[in-house]
This record gives sequence, C-alpha cells and structure tokens, in this order.
Amino acid sequence: MSTKEEKNRIELLQGTLDLLILRTLLLGPAHGHAIAKAIEFRSDDVLQVEQGSLYPALHRLLKRRWISVEEGTSENNRRAKFYQLTTLGRTQLALETSKWDKLTAAIGRILRPTEEGPS
Amino acid sequence: MKRRERMLRGLDQEIRDHIEMATQDNIDRGMSPEEAHYAAVRKFGNVTRVQEDTREVWSFTWFENALQDVRFGLRKLRKSPGFTIVAVLTLALGIGANTAIFHLIDAVRLRSLPVRDPQSLVSLQIKGGNHGFGINAGDESLLTYPLWEQIRDHQTSLSGAFAWESWDFNVGLGAQKKSVIGLWVSGEMFRSLGILPEKGRFLTTEDDRAGCGTPGVVLSYAFWRTQFGSDESIVGQKLIVDSHPIEIIGVAPAKFTGLEIGKAFDIAVPFCSGPALNSKDTNLSRREFFWVLVMGHLKSGVTLAHASAELETLSRGMIEATVPSGYSEDALKTYHDFRLTTLPAGGGISNLRQSYSASLWLLLGITGLVLLIACANIANLMLVRSSVRGREMAVRLALGASYWRLATQMITESLLLAGTGAALGLVLAKVFSHTLISLIRTEGDRLQLDLSLDWRVLLFVSAVAITTSVVFGLAPAFESLRKEPVDALKSGGPKTGSRQSHAFQRVLVVSQIAISLVLLVGAFLFVLSFWNLTKVDPGFRQDGVLIAYMGFDKMGVTPEHYDDTARQLLAQIRSIPLVESAATSTHLPFNGSWTSGVDVGGVQGQSKFSWVSPGYLRTLQIPLAAGRDFNDRDTATSPRVAIVSQSFVHKFLGAHDPIGKVIRTAPEPDYPAAVYEIIGVAKDTKYTGLREETPPAEAYAPSTQFPAPGPDTAVLIRSSAPLSAVSAAVRDKVTSASSEIDIEFVVLKKSIEDRMIRERLLALLSGSFGFLALILAMIGLYGVISYIVTLRRAEIGIRMALGASRKNIVTIVLGQTLSLTFLGIAVGALLAPLATRGAAALLYGIRPQDPFTLVAASVFLGSVALCASVIPARRATLVDPMIALRYE
Repeated sequence: MSTKEEKNRIELLQGTLDLLILRTLLLGPAHGHAIAKAIEFRSDDVLQVEQGSLYPALHRLLKRRWISVEEGTSENNRRAKFYQLTTLGRTQLALETSKWDKLTAAIGRILRPTEEGPS
Repeated sequence: MKRRERMLRGLDQEIRDHIEMATQDNIDRGMSPEEAHYAAVRKFGNVTRVQEDTREVWSFTWFENALQDVRFGLRKLRKSPGFTIVAVLTLALGIGANTAIFHLIDAVRLRSLPVRDPQSLVSLQIKGGNHGFGINAGDESLLTYPLWEQIRDHQTSLSGAFAWESWDFNVGLGAQKKSVIGLWVSGEMFRSLGILPEKGRFLTTEDDRAGCGTPGVVLSYAFWRTQFGSDESIVGQKLIVDSHPIEIIGVAPAKFTGLEIGKAFDIAVPFCSGPALNSKDTNLSRREFFWVLVMGHLKSGVTLAHASAELETLSRGMIEATVPSGYSEDALKTYHDFRLTTLPAGGGISNLRQSYSASLWLLLGITGLVLLIACANIANLMLVRSSVRGREMAVRLALGASYWRLATQMITESLLLAGTGAALGLVLAKVFSHTLISLIRTEGDRLQLDLSLDWRVLLFVSAVAITTSVVFGLAPAFESLRKEPVDALKSGGPKTGSRQSHAFQRVLVVSQIAISLVLLVGAFLFVLSFWNLTKVDPGFRQDGVLIAYMGFDKMGVTPEHYDDTARQLLAQIRSIPLVESAATSTHLPFNGSWTSGVDVGGVQGQSKFSWVSPGYLRTLQIPLAAGRDFNDRDTATSPRVAIVSQSFVHKFLGAHDPIGKVIRTAPEPDYPAAVYEIIGVAKDTKYTGLREETPPAEAYAPSTQFPAPGPDTAVLIRSSAPLSAVSAAVRDKVTSASSEIDIEFVVLKKSIEDRMIRERLLALLSGSFGFLALILAMIGLYGVISYIVTLRRAEIGIRMALGASRKNIVTIVLGQTLSLTFLGIAVGALLAPLATRGAAALLYGIRPQDPFTLVAASVFLGSVALCASVIPARRATLVDPMIALRYE
C-alpha cells in the first residue's frame, strides 16, 4: 500500500457506512469481511471501510432490526455469520437512498453552481 | 437482553475470521504471510476497542460502565490501602463532625415546635425584663400568676393565650418515689396548641378553675411508655403526685414533648391544683413571684409589632391591678413601669439555645473549616495519585480508552471514597452527637434532645459528601485530560511536565496550612480561656465540699419549728466523725441570688444577702478580714448582726471603720425592714459565677435571724474524706432520725465545673478539631513534599552526581517546605484575627487577637511542618544518582 494509493482514498462520512452496508446486502447475505471488501471493490477502492467501525455499524443495524444474522458457511467452507436485509431494512434503504440523492444533489448545486447554468 | 447476548455471541471469533480472511486476501496479492497478517491487523484496528464499541451498541452503556468503574475503583482502592484509609478517615471525620454539630444545632435551634401554626406562636414578657424585681424562678421572661390572670381576662391581640411552667414533682410512694419533670399548665394550653391526645383527653379550662383540687393529670407519651409499658387502660388509673393520688385523664402524643427544648416533660397538671398539692403553696396569689410563661397565637392578620403595641397600652391596667404589697415606694416604681410585649416563640423556649447557640454556630464554622481542609487533602492525595498514575492513564488512552471514560473513572473512584467516607461519617456522627450531649448534660439538667435522624441532616450530609467528591474528583480528571498520552508514555512516570498541577497543589497546601493556623489559634484561645477559668480564685475553697439539700415538708413540722428542725439536722450532720465542718446557708455559691435594698449611714444601694449558720465562712474557707464570725449567742432574739464583704465596705463605707456601723434593709414581702449591726468583714467571693469581674456588695446574717424559713435547708459540709463516703454517712444519719426527709447531694466542685460546660466543650472540641486540622494539613504537606521530591529526582540525582552533599539536598527540600509553610502561616495570620473576632464573648481572660497565641500557634505549626517534611527530605538524600539519571 503506497502513499499515493492512500491519497486517493476517502474516509467515509459519519452515518454513510450504514447506508452502504444496507445497499451491499441488497445483493444478498454476506459476512463482515465480504461486506467490507464489497464496499471497497465497488467503489474502486476509493472508499475505505474503517474496519473498526464495521462491526459496531452492523450491530447498530441489527439492533434496529434492519438486518438479521444467520450462521452459514463461507466460500472457503468455514462457518461464519451472514448478515441479510430484512423487510424493514429494505424500506429503510429506499428511504435513505432518496435522502442521500437529495443531499448529494443539493451539495452538488452549491459546489458547482456553473454546471447548472446554460453558459 | 437475551437478544443482545445471542447477537454478540461469537463476536471475537467473527473478528478473528475477518482478520484471517483479510490476511488471506493479502497473501493472494503477493505479500508474505507475516506481512499479510500485520497489514490485516493494522487495517482492522484495535480489536478490543472494536469489541467494546460493538458491545456498547447494545447496552445501557452508562450502567455497565458505571458497574465496571465501581469494580475497578474498588480494586484500585484496595490496592493502595494507605491512601484509601487516610482518604476515607479524613472524609469520615470531616463529615461526621459536621453532621454531629449540625444535628445538635438543628435539634436546639432550627426545629419548630410540633404544634398548630408555630410561626404565629408568641410569648408575652415584660419589656426589657423585670430588672430583678421580686423573686424570680428563672430568667426574666417569667411573669407572676396574678399577672397571667389579668392577661387571660383582658388581652385582645392573641387567640388562645395560655400559661405554663415546668416544675419538679415526685411521683409514687416510699421506695418507688422518684422525681419527674412536670408542667403546670393553664386550661387553655392544649387546645391552643392544637394537639390531640394519644389517649383520653387533655386538661381544659373546665378543669383549671380556682379551688379545683386535683381534677386530673396528663402523661407524656414517653412517661406512659416507660412507666406504664404503654398500658392501654391507663385512663382512669391513679398516679401519686407529691403524695396525692390524681386521676390520669390522658396521654400526650409522642411528638409533643413540651415547649422547652432539651427538657421533655413527664406529667402535666393544672395550675389550680397548686394549693391542693402543697397546702402551703400560695404561688397562685403571690404578686412578687415571677414563675409562669405566657404564650399565645397571634390572631390572623395581626403582626407581632401590632400585638406588642396593643399589649403595651393594655398592660398598664394589668400592671396597676397586680401591684405587690410589702415593698418600699422606691422598689414599686420599677413595677409600675413594667409593660408587656410579645416575642416570637415558634421554636419553643430554650435555655440551651441561649447558652449554646453562639458556641454551636462557632463549632459548625470550625468543623466546616476542618471539612474544607479534609477536602483539600483528598484533592491533594488524588492529584499525587493521578500524576503517579499518569503512565497508567497514558497506556489506557493509547489502548483506546476515551478521555471521558477515564474522567468518569476518576469521578467514580472519588464517589466511592466519598460514599464510604459519608457512611462511616454518619456512624461517627451518631457517636459524636451522643458524646456532645453527654458533655453538655449535667446532673441537675437531664438533657433530652430529639436526635433521631431526620431528612434535613441526611440532606446535609449527602450535600457535603457529593460536593466534596465532585470537588476532588474533578481535579485529577482534568489533570489526566490535559496530558498528552505520548508525553506521559515517553517519560515513563511522573514528569516535570505537570508544572501547573504542581502549582495547584502548592496552593492547596498553602491554604490548608493557613486554615489550620486559624483553627490552631482558635484552639489555643479556647483552651487558654478554659484554663484561665479553672484557675480563677472564687474567694472560697471549692474542693472537699458536699452540699446536702434536705426537705422536711412531709414531716408535719409547723412553720414555727422550721428553723429548729433545720438546726437539729445541722447538729446531726456535725456529729458525724467524717464531717470536719458544716453550715447552712440560704445562698449557695453561684446558685441563685438574693438582693436587698440597703441604707448604710445615708448611702443607699443594693447588696446581696445570705443567712448563714456559724461556721459558714470556715466551711468554705472564706477568710475573715476583721471582726468576728457568728456564734451560738446570735439568736433570733439577740440584736441583728451582719458580716459584710470587702466590696460592701468599699461601696458603702469607703475608708470608715465598718465594725459597729448599721445597715437598714428595705422591706419586701415576708422580709420586713430590719436593722443590722456590722460585726465583721469577710474577704470577697465571686457571687454569680467564675466569670464575674467584680464581686458585688455582700452581707451575711445569722441563719437564726432569717425572716422567712421554709421546710427545707441546704447544708454545706467540708470533709477531707471521699465525698461519696460522706454522703452515705449523712444519708444514714439523717434518715435514721426520720425517713420522711428528702435528701439530695451535690458536690460543690462538680456543680461549679458543670457551670463551665460551655467553656469546657469549646476547649475540648476546638482543641480536638485544631489537632485534627493540623494532622490533616501535615498529611497534605507530606504528600506534596514527597511528590515534589519524586518529580525532582532526576535533578537531585544530577546535583548529587555533581557533588552536592546530603546536607545540600536536605536543605533544598526543607527550603521548599519552609517556603510553603511560611506562606501558609502568613495568610493564616492575616485571617485568624478576622475569624476569631466573633469569639470574644466566649473567651475569658484572653483577647481574640492575643499576639502571643498567634505566635505560639505559628511556631507550633511551623515546627510540626518541619517534622512532616523530614521523611521526604531523607528519602531525597537516598536517591542513587546513577539510577535516577538512567530513569530519565
């Protein structure tokens, strides 16, 4: 891991990790490492999951009953905990996604006002 | 909770798997296994912290943390027992002493009477007191019974005015006879106070009518419980009061123990029973005998000032209607000028309050200061500890503990200390307040105070404990918050980096020393004052004197023979071999007062008068300066003679030869005008008490010439044998002559000591608190000096390596001590005079600003401070330069 690589990486915003986890689980059940890896992979390694915050985040979601957990077997035949989206989680994801869209759009308008204008 | 456990189960396995998978990924990317593992761990972060954070999602974290903090705190405190014991004891003593004193103040001062509307309760008194007119049973708040009758019939500003007075009665018969505290009450009292009987009924105005005989007696709850075992069928039974069976008509509720604080009543009888209970008793009609207290409630909407003004106008008629006879016109002028006024009485009447409240507030101030020192001490100890624990804090911070967690940890620790200290303090408080009460309780004054723990005291203690713990808990917390963990880790121990805390600790120690000096000065003053008092020469010899009070009204002696009977009793006592000399007197040292208007060769004034038997001066060893003592030839029919004191001569005769001069006394009821010839001069004696500055003019006359003998006598007995043996012999002798004689003994010296109780209490308590403060301040000083030595270990090592001698090192450390001590003493010396100024009235023979006391206290404090710093100074010299330098 060179320094250059690290410069391109972005620390996750507070609270966005929850959203990303939910979105990742929309594809199907996954265990902790897989979730972290998926987030990094799907963002082309730009987003780095602060792994220390992954497990607290997972449990936060469990507590709110947005995800559930099941024992399962991982790809290399090991027992692992698999997290999966609940119905409640799905609704929440939709809600959060639309909120996120509004937020990014709003921030975008502020940061690049010229792009919106005709000139 | 269950769900939480299910969810968290296997969390560490999950994390381990996670890291393993990450490691595998890294290996797949071409790292060596070892490198891959470290990279994975690095990326994952602090495993413990992740686990903790994850758990925290699920829990009432604060609760778990608190539990954990408590467990950890307890372990920590157990690990350093020295610190814990000192801290807890410091707090317990501080809190215990404060609570005890507060408790007492509360019982004596703050509590209102448990009666209807205590705020509107007022007492009626003569404005400005009665100036010693007539005969007084107590202080100047008392009125005569005829005056009360006037008030009852004519006053308009109060509702339910009532009168009462406490009185000693005997209950039971024969061997079962015992003395109890009774109340004379007017019929209005219980109804006016709005209290309801526990059993039966209370006395009413129907009962309290002139010539009522003995309509009934009301018992106090305590008396009913202890003497009758809470007998349910008590009402209707008879109680023998002063040999008269009286029907028990009711029992008072437990909360009502009377109107006088510290003196709970046992029985209550109506005033009108007076003549029936004691055939001779004419107190109800005596216009010169001041003995009843009159109280009442202000009518609603009437202010105290309004009631006073109204009463002042009305009382003119009441006074004129009750002018006593038998006085000279001169004396009566005082009486005509009397006017009544009202004073608030909702807190009850209390001699205790009058004599102790100033002292109690002072003591509360003292204990408050002690608590302050105690807190400073704890803070200091905690600071020293937290700096020693700097490394532990740093490690925990580095391991991911949050600052907040560390701070709460420190606060928990202090709360633990405060809690233990407060609990122990409460126990100590109980012990202290019982000790205090036994210290101010005397034989003559059975003190009963309600010391059951009430919420106010509890609130007070908790407030003290919590404030204390927060005060000293936060200081170390701030300390550890301010430090950079990396610095602390690097230095590996307490470091010079904490210059500021160092300064804070110095301030703490300097203020501790300053406060200790103030307390020490106070202690010195009160101890010296008490010492002065015990060294006062009263003009007579106090030790080896027993006083026997004998009452023979049950013997059926007729008034003409009272004097003979008293003389026979004296003769019997004199015949006992153990008795060296004995004499009767109508006045006993420091007990009551009898004043008479006199005219000596045209010079008018007042003189004390006592009627004594021959041998009185010898028994008390009062030297005769001139003339002769009384003898058996001075009888009722011989010319009236008197021995006067030197003050009497000085006041009335100046340089004239007193012998042979004539005293004319002014008439008073039962004491007609008389003419006495002076036959001797006695040395002055103190009359009212040891604190008396100048003895009053005093005259003695022979007991045979006493115009108003009663069925009782007091005999002063001098003996070099143990007084307990003497009293036994006297009792045997007297009761073998007649079993109807009541006899009581008082040891003169003891009774005089009992009168110095306030001074003794103050000396004892301020002394012990001063000592306590000193110890606490020295612990503080010791702690800080040790701390400074530890901080400067490297510097000391370098100095020693460069050739400094042990003496140099000791000088450096002691210099540090001295500068702190001097600063503290300087501040204390400025504060002490301000603090002790209020104590002037409580001191005897010494001024509050006495410079000698200040100097002595300072020197004492300074030398103790030096001693306290010798140990750390010695430890400094034991520093091995090599080790100290390497440590750095």
